[in-house]
Amino acid sequence: MSGKASDSAYRTPLGRARGLGSAKSGVGRFIGERVTSVALLFLVIWGVWSAIALARGGYDDAVQWLGSPVNAVLLLLLAVVGFYHMRVGMAVIIEDYIGKPTTRALLLIANAFVCWGAMALTVVCLLKVALAGGGS
Amino acid sequence: MALASPGARQRPLSPHLLQWRWHVTMAMSIFMRVAGGATYVGLFLVAGWALALVSGREAYDDYMGLLGSIPGKVVLFGFTVAVFLHLAGGVRHLLWDLGKGYSKEAASLSAWASIVFAIVASIGVWVIAGLTGAL
Repeated sequence: MSGKASDSAYRTPLGRARGLGSAKSGVGRFIGERVTSVALLFLVIWGVWSAIALARGGYDDAVQWLGSPVNAVLLLLLAVVGFYHMRVGMAVIIEDYIGKPTTRALLLIANAFVCWGAMALTVVCLLKVALAGGGS
Repeated sequence: MALASPGARQRPLSPHLLQWRWHVTMAMSIFMRVAGGATYVGLFLVAGWALALVSGREAYDDYMGLLGSIPGKVVLFGFTVAVFLHLAGGVRHLLWDLGKGYSKEAASLSAWASIVFAIVASIGVWVIAGLTGAL
């Protein structure tokens, strides 16, 4: 079977010469994208529903809303899982369209910085209000 | 990108994107990616909300005022459509990962279902928001 597959027209001469199969990594990211998508399915519907509730009230209502542990935990999860999913998804788009190795690497790094940075910022802001309450 | 070297075997190529007749599965594939890009931008609106909230009452009122303006609402409606389209497309992908829905008929049907769901759910959410005094 494997002998036949290696003679397939789909294998490059370089691939045959090196005798390597898969990259042996990257599956984790593929699975991570799927697992986060299952989590987001629920978190996003809750998020849309919460957004309507929050749009109805003002600052005090929002602070009080985030003071509820259930809301705080779910919104933290939405942010963390969402920013992770977003980084992986954008990485796939960059890898699909950007062929130049340097540009591709720089964009992938920028994407990671932006997503991890925004995630950290959001988590700290949410925790501060959730644990310490609002200002004046 | 090309690994072509002298004497390399001619390898099969697929026709260019523009050579294909448009089909709903093709449109949904592109929508899925565009909607993913839109939600990428949209999640920064959530980050902005957290930042405004921690910055205090004045910043929060300003931020909510901005989102509540006509351009803000247009952006938020677009965000809603993108979220629901990407969500429906995501379910489709999960079903494919389970090995289901690969026939031409099923793929076309699920593509149409995703598009219709995104439109109906978005309008529904905004009607509910309007009826409950959130707008």
